[in-house]
Amino acid sequence: MIPAAFEYARAGSVDEAISLLGSNEDAKVIAGGHSLLPLMRLRFARPALVVDIDRLADLEYIRDGGDHIEIGALARMCDVAVDPLLRAESPLMAYTASVVGDPQVRHRATLGGCVAHGDPASDPPATLLALDATLVLRGPAGEREVASKDFFKGIFETDLGPQDILTSVRVPKTGSAGWSYQKFHRRAIDWAIVGVAALVHRDDGTVSSASVALTNMGAVPLRASAVESVLAGAAATAESVAAASEHAAEGTEPVSDTNASGEFRQHLARVLTRRALEEALAK
Amino acid sequence: MAQTATKYIGSDVPRKEDPELITGQARYADDLTLPGMLHMVLVRSPHAHATVDNVDLSHALAVDGVVAAYSGADLADEWAGPLLMAWAVTPDIKNPPHWPLTKDKVRHQGDGVAVVIATSRAAAKDGADAVVVDYTPLSVVTDMEAALADGAPLVHDDAGTNASYTWKHSTGDADAAFASAPITIKERYVIQRAIPNAMEPRAILVQPNTAMGEYTMWSSTQIPHILKVAMVVATGIAESKLRVIAPKVGGGFGAKLQVYAEEALTLLVAKKLGQPVKWTEERSENYLATHHGRDQIQEMELAADAEGHITAYRVKIWANMGAYLQIITPGTPLLGAFVYCGCYGGDSYSLECTGVFTNTTPTDAYRGAGRPEATYAIERAMDALARKVGVSPVEIRRRNFHPSSDTSFSMPAGLTIDSGHYHEVLDQALELAGYDDLLADQKARRDRGDSKQLGIGFSTYLEMCGLAPSRILKALNYAAGGWEAATVRVSATGKVTVVAGTTPHGQSHATTFAQIVADDLGVPIDDVEVVTGDTQLAPLGMDTYGSRSLAIGGIAVHRAAEKVVAKARTIAAHELEVSEEDLDYEGGTFSVKGAPDQARTIPALAWSAWTAHALPDGMEPGLDSTAVYDAQNFVWPYGTHICAVEVDTDTGRVEVVKYVAVDDVGVQVNPQIVDGQVQGGVIQGIAEALFEEAVYDEHGTLMTGSMTNYEVPAASELPSLTIGRYTTASTTNEMGFKGVGETGTIASPPAVINAVIDALSVFGVTDVPRPASPENVWRTIQQARQAEGGQQ
Repeated sequence: MIPAAFEYARAGSVDEAISLLGSNEDAKVIAGGHSLLPLMRLRFARPALVVDIDRLADLEYIRDGGDHIEIGALARMCDVAVDPLLRAESPLMAYTASVVGDPQVRHRATLGGCVAHGDPASDPPATLLALDATLVLRGPAGEREVASKDFFKGIFETDLGPQDILTSVRVPKTGSAGWSYQKFHRRAIDWAIVGVAALVHRDDGTVSSASVALTNMGAVPLRASAVESVLAGAAATAESVAAASEHAAEGTEPVSDTNASGEFRQHLARVLTRRALEEALAK
Repeated sequence: MAQTATKYIGSDVPRKEDPELITGQARYADDLTLPGMLHMVLVRSPHAHATVDNVDLSHALAVDGVVAAYSGADLADEWAGPLLMAWAVTPDIKNPPHWPLTKDKVRHQGDGVAVVIATSRAAAKDGADAVVVDYTPLSVVTDMEAALADGAPLVHDDAGTNASYTWKHSTGDADAAFASAPITIKERYVIQRAIPNAMEPRAILVQPNTAMGEYTMWSSTQIPHILKVAMVVATGIAESKLRVIAPKVGGGFGAKLQVYAEEALTLLVAKKLGQPVKWTEERSENYLATHHGRDQIQEMELAADAEGHITAYRVKIWANMGAYLQIITPGTPLLGAFVYCGCYGGDSYSLECTGVFTNTTPTDAYRGAGRPEATYAIERAMDALARKVGVSPVEIRRRNFHPSSDTSFSMPAGLTIDSGHYHEVLDQALELAGYDDLLADQKARRDRGDSKQLGIGFSTYLEMCGLAPSRILKALNYAAGGWEAATVRVSATGKVTVVAGTTPHGQSHATTFAQIVADDLGVPIDDVEVVTGDTQLAPLGMDTYGSRSLAIGGIAVHRAAEKVVAKARTIAAHELEVSEEDLDYEGGTFSVKGAPDQARTIPALAWSAWTAHALPDGMEPGLDSTAVYDAQNFVWPYGTHICAVEVDTDTGRVEVVKYVAVDDVGVQVNPQIVDGQVQGGVIQGIAEALFEEAVYDEHGTLMTGSMTNYEVPAASELPSLTIGRYTTASTTNEMGFKGVGETGTIASPPAVINAVIDALSVFGVTDVPRPASPENVWRTIQQARQAEGGQQ
């Protein structure tokens, strides 16, 4: 309930946040607070310094970037979910944000905070992976772009260095591609037991390409590459989807916990992949 | 005697307690602050079983703001006695002393080893973090069957065994009936452990008055009166020097029917330091240190004739006590021991219950306390019997129901049921459920091999509540009585105060007791105030649990009001110069028979009683009276719950698509409040059936230690209920009241699980583990498919 004592500093700019992070070895960034605060209240996390970037208004935007949409790291999950541009041009991203937590959580939690936290049970990372999104990071050495496939390193581990701030996420416009995010959880407020993000491009009755990414099937979000390769060029039918989905759990090593065993997660990955692909093809 | 107009009883009077709750003006224990108040935090064991080799408090005492810290050894000589255990169910029960802080050995994760007291809660928390405890871990046992095996680690070395007691009860000769019965069934059920989740965690504040040796304790408790006695036992403070107050209490569900270590510790520390001390529970402490519920293994057997008429019941129960016996830990399974025969007939009954110590948080009463477990066993077994006989779940129940009756009759377990119309309630529930349409939907899905199958489950439950007739409590070796007290006081200006010995934590005493008294005295309900939860203002009481507040406490309230009316009648007759027999009484007015304009109202007579200018010779002034009621029998609510579930056979997810509850809870004082109790209870039972399970790992670490993974469902996971009503007056009391606080939690789990099994019967499934979580359901289907494959 009561965190261990810590210093608090509110950054007035991204550069100031970067320099504050450099001032203390044991500093953590806080934005919406929905990842860090629960850990601090249980004293599982005991940062010496908390750098608050939550009021950096210039990181809270969603804007058209031509072939992509750029989402500022502080865009709230609820805004991502209902943004008209996203819903029209990259609906998989908008929808995924709508199934995170509950309305109270979505009004506080930021997309950037969620992604930077690197929780394998979180929904948006798999969708970013399926979309081949690009993450924009800024650190003492300046700005760099990281592909989503290179960003997630392990449980609560990302490519972010100790003084890096995630400033935005670029998601491609997905045009006429069919899409789906299937989240399996026991309660609406829960993290995903398993989630599947799917994006399917079709061409005259065949699947020209499919991206399928899995939530909580390992330490990081994973592409179901066996499913993708079986499906590429296959007929856009329920039969080929069913056959491809059987490969969804290949190469995965999901955890066992009180919600589900690894074996059940692998089963769910196959079922949810089939459902995601069926829904994507129907869109 | 008194003729009462039923103006308020039976109507949906808006709850009198709501304005302050809705506007946030209600004060809970943690809201209270006193000058000079200190804060206490406990140091709890991370180990489930370990010796405590050393407790180093020096770093804690160095933390800024910390004023004191004590280990279990530091306080060991200051206790007058251990924490109260009030229900020694057998003469040879193993009941090792349970001290508020352990001094040598911890026996479950969360067992307290030290306390730190500081000027702020944050400083106390930092101090507790700085306490260094040396433990030597010991072998752990959390599973009951493992605990009873030879060579198992002993939770209490001195007991020499992990079996606390074995209690037996029988009527007739069950073994003979089983030996000759053409049909028998034997089933095994596991009732998983549940964690009660009151909205308000526990909180305690103690104010000492050292000059007078007096102490006031505010505690978020269901049982201020029992708590007071227990604190006398633990601390030696005289009963006359201790006042216990339960302020607004945000839910209990049985978990605050308890005397906790933290209550004794807060009191002792406040006494030692001479300053007010507060302790407030964190939610994660609530999961470790507030008692748990359920956790039983059951062997349930039925013997029946060829048509499925039950002749005998034979039951064996193993009940997980946890690490210590708390106030009624061993007796909790016994509260269900008489209803393993449900509302069904038969000639003989045999039950044996063994309590088992393990390295887990102690168990105790949780909404329904013993009766949900019993009801689960008999309602599951009825479906098993139906399968064996080859009839429907509805038909097997009809064949075994007691005949409908407005008067009392005996039942197989040897007690007497007050009244009941079992067939009629089932009929109403079938109608409300649209049973024929459900069956048609089910058949269509089965015919087309739908991946989403429909199941329909029944629970035609019976419960016994209104705890409890004192003579029966004596027979069960419970340490106290089961009576209840109330005082009704009419002030000079005709305003009424009801002082009741039961204590609300969500039950609506302020409204329903006011309804009873307003009708009895013929006064507006707004003129009636109800005072509860303070041992100084309401010195007589046995508190709130076991659906007793209305059926026991409400009768005491009514009888106190009747005594007031009787005194008022004497004054009225005196003033009107007629004999008492010549007075009519209706709607709070006495009038002379044949001369209705010659009349006196209760408020007018209260003025007369207050001025005392012209009372009958020898009459004491004042218009108030106290009644104490001890029931001669329990009350026996019952009903039919029908649950329809849709099971996604690909993922194992179960969704409740229809839920019908028709309950006969006797005469209803406030139907809206009854509906609220039914809804909350049913939802809590559905949660047990589908979601909630406390899980320990092999080290005795609670894996479901927070709401993140202990799956308390929310509105988005739960159905709307269809609630029907049927009323048969109880014959136990003159008001016809039964009880409703626990019916929903008792009735619903078997209805849900029977529905899941019905849906999966297409795979040949006859059992599914609780909770019917997606993985448990999926595994059940997998196993059934493999078994089917094996047969082919």
